Amino acid sequence: MQECGLETHRITQNFDSAGNHPSQQLESGSSLGNRYLIQDVIGLGGMGAVYRARDLHFPNVEKLVAVKEMINQARDPLVRSTIVRNFEREANLLATLDHPGIPRIYDYFTHNERSYLILEFINGKDLEAILGETVGFIPQEKVVYWAVELCDVLHYLHSHKPEPIIFRDMKPSNVMINHHNHVILIDFGIAKPFQGSQRGTMIGTEGYSPPEQYRGEANHLADIYALGATLHHLLTKIDPRLEPPFSFGERPLRKFNPNLSVELESVVNVALQYAPQDRYQSALEMKEALLAVIKKTGMLPPKPMVKDSSSTEEQEILPLWEYACEDEIRGSPTQSSGVIYIGSYDNNMYAMKAASGDFLWKYPTDGGIVSKPLVYDGNIYFGSEDHRLHVINARLGQINWTYYTKGPIRSSPYIAEGHVFIGSDDCHLHAINTLSGRPAWKLDVGAPVRSTPIVEHEYVYFGTEDGELYCVDFSSKVRWRFKAKRAITSSPIVHNGVIYFTSMDATLYALDARTGWVIWRFRLGKASISTPCIAEGFMFTGAADGKIYCVDMRTSKEVWSFATEHQVTGSPVVYNDSLYCGSVDKYFYCLEYSTGRLKWKYRTNGAITGTPTAHDGVVFIGSNDHHLYALTA
Amino acid sequence: MKRFFEKLRGSQPSTSQEIPTRPIPKENIEIISKPPYPRLEPPQLIVGCAQSVGIQRDHNEDALFTLTTTLTGDFRNVPFGLYIVADGMGGHQHGEIASGIAIRSMAGYIIRKLYTPFLSLKPNLPEESLLEIMQEGVQDAHTAITKQVPGGVTTMTAALILGNRMTIAHVGDSRAYLISNNGRIEALTRDHSLVKRLVELGQITVDEAAIHPQRNVLYRALGQGEPFDPDINSIQIPDTGYLLLCSDGLWSVVPEAEIQSIVQKSKNPEEACQSLVDAANAAGGPDNITAILIRLYT
Repeated sequence: MQECGLETHRITQNFDSAGNHPSQQLESGSSLGNRYLIQDVIGLGGMGAVYRARDLHFPNVEKLVAVKEMINQARDPLVRSTIVRNFEREANLLATLDHPGIPRIYDYFTHNERSYLILEFINGKDLEAILGETVGFIPQEKVVYWAVELCDVLHYLHSHKPEPIIFRDMKPSNVMINHHNHVILIDFGIAKPFQGSQRGTMIGTEGYSPPEQYRGEANHLADIYALGATLHHLLTKIDPRLEPPFSFGERPLRKFNPNLSVELESVVNVALQYAPQDRYQSALEMKEALLAVIKKTGMLPPKPMVKDSSSTEEQEILPLWEYACEDEIRGSPTQSSGVIYIGSYDNNMYAMKAASGDFLWKYPTDGGIVSKPLVYDGNIYFGSEDHRLHVINARLGQINWTYYTKGPIRSSPYIAEGHVFIGSDDCHLHAINTLSGRPAWKLDVGAPVRSTPIVEHEYVYFGTEDGELYCVDFSSKVRWRFKAKRAITSSPIVHNGVIYFTSMDATLYALDARTGWVIWRFRLGKASISTPCIAEGFMFTGAADGKIYCVDMRTSKEVWSFATEHQVTGSPVVYNDSLYCGSVDKYFYCLEYSTGRLKWKYRTNGAITGTPTAHDGVVFIGSNDHHLYALTA
Repeated sequence: MKRFFEKLRGSQPSTSQEIPTRPIPKENIEIISKPPYPRLEPPQLIVGCAQSVGIQRDHNEDALFTLTTTLTGDFRNVPFGLYIVADGMGGHQHGEIASGIAIRSMAGYIIRKLYTPFLSLKPNLPEESLLEIMQEGVQDAHTAITKQVPGGVTTMTAALILGNRMTIAHVGDSRAYLISNNGRIEALTRDHSLVKRLVELGQITVDEAAIHPQRNVLYRALGQGEPFDPDINSIQIPDTGYLLLCSDGLWSVVPEAEIQSIVQKSKNPEEACQSLVDAANAAGGPDNITAILIRLYT
């Protein structure tokens, strides 16, 4: 009956197709040994079936029993008789046990190649079935109560005289919950001799057994570990058989089920220690710990998640300085040579000292500035909703030249090979000579370009509001195009020959830079206009579902996500070991980038839609509350 | 190439501060001074493969697949390569059936999904990503094995090369290695093996692992368990070097350093694979041996 959930289907088929095993089951309505009237098959395993049967020795009441059938597959007569002898010894052992959490054994007998065990019929379900049919998590109270009862059963087995009994196979499918919500441990390894020896390379580990069991050194502490593993599975719903063996330490309970109590997490952790001496030293000790959890938490509905004690309270954070513009800051600051440049919806581009926030100059345009200025060769380049690309002297804030497009500019400029590339709502990408201010070319793409272009290996990449990602060369010839389902407002980034960007179709894309082929896609909870950033093989981006995501760039699997209270439209930035990102929920967040743990957050008085910039231990962020903030990074 | 020699020169200590060192053995000088293989233009993949039943087994449960071609596009020709190694297990010949199904199913899926569309007059790319296509291919193979040969399971390591991108799908304990010309050999895959895991955790030593009764136990393989979770990742292929796919019949008996040296010394991938198989057989040949070696280009 081992791993019946996983194996059953296959092995039954195996019998059918191979045809060299006597495989026919007992028919419903047939009787076994003139005593047990077979009603139904209730399980299938590698050794045979398990039936529900009625005991005909009780003609006036319906006494139900479980009939476990084991088919002796050995051909060699000596092996066959050894198997039967082992089976009878185990059955005799089981017959001496008397505990409400252990099924009663009524009878056993062997008939030709089949042996039968007649057991107490348990009206209920095993934990694997319960796991399968539970939507969401099983309430922790339930799990803890079951765990206490399991400790009782284990204690009974481990105190057995003259020899302690080691169960060796604690796992959800071996624990039944009866109709009175009590646990009953089933499958005492009695069928194991019938399983035959395995040849060559084998497959499948138990998933719940401790490391020392594979050295053949299991004692009662192995059962403690397996109980911990079973609880881990019940509480997280993550099946350990599908994870690398002994990797529970990498999956702390509360990471997957934050509603669990810290105390319970710690009990399961202790049970799951690699080294047997670090675990609870007896089932009783573990039971005491579980009872303490019940007492301490009152097992009332779990409290709302407590803030991590190591995270700094938001009140303690004070900006180094702040600077008030006359309207919202929707765009992003740029730092260069100790000066911060930031555009505002009040139409001005501001320059201020990065160290103090002292005002240096401002330069007026005729439209809101929602992009990020670029510093190049002593000049500031930026677009404005007044349709113009402005190029002004960085030191004095005086106009150098402007370039007119036929629509508002929301894209930020990118400079390469003596040309500035910028998109406009006039549905063109413009390439302008930085010396002359004259256009080299403009490319009609049929939809506004709000995405910031990027140039890599002589190709220009940018997205459009039509949902296309373009790759064009320096002569404006389109090399390839990729169509997403919705707009690409975010700006592509390039890393090791791969283009990354997000789209309003709620996907983070990775495309081969040379060909435009999709390497992977990562589904976000909602649309995104947030430009991803990269650190140490991880990719970070925000989305309208309020989350900041961390994705493994090689496998495209989520590493962590952090939920803010509102849309994340700006882009995260990694600086040292931290990730900085604002949210429309008005908060500016600092997270540990490897884990997503909150380090601190700072509340502004308006939505944050832009991207921070960090330099010299200071991080700068604008808010819709008109202010630019400088915070200690 | 020029850059390669510049790099070499740059790493030599300058004569003004000469430090006495042991003279470089002659064979090493040969390796260092031997230029990497001639650059091919346009880029193309050069592939060799070899198989052996081994010395101690009487039948072959390994299977391999190679497909090397060039996709002719409108503006560029792109190398396309699909390479698969599978090592089956299970009684009643289930092992070889399983590895065969894995190869046919995976190769068939990738060719249908990715290669055939390129042969149409107006090539249309699949909507799914490379990772998704590989994932679906592995899932298909898994389902086919579960249905057609219950009881049989197999490892599978599949590498898809498209342009300068390599996507690897991996289940079990066959391996993919990246061998660079500077003498490094790096496993790109992680064995899904119980004993490997025990060693990683310091529970048993490498020596104990070699004789552990459960040393052949995998915790993940095609045909086993549901839901099913292969390792799939995608990397940019390096400028020069080799990709080696092999079954445990090779790596469990031939040390990595020796694999690396055989590859570097061989004239071509075909010869290298034969030498690798010979080395495994010389080391006892306890299991079926399969090797595919792909010479990478810029």
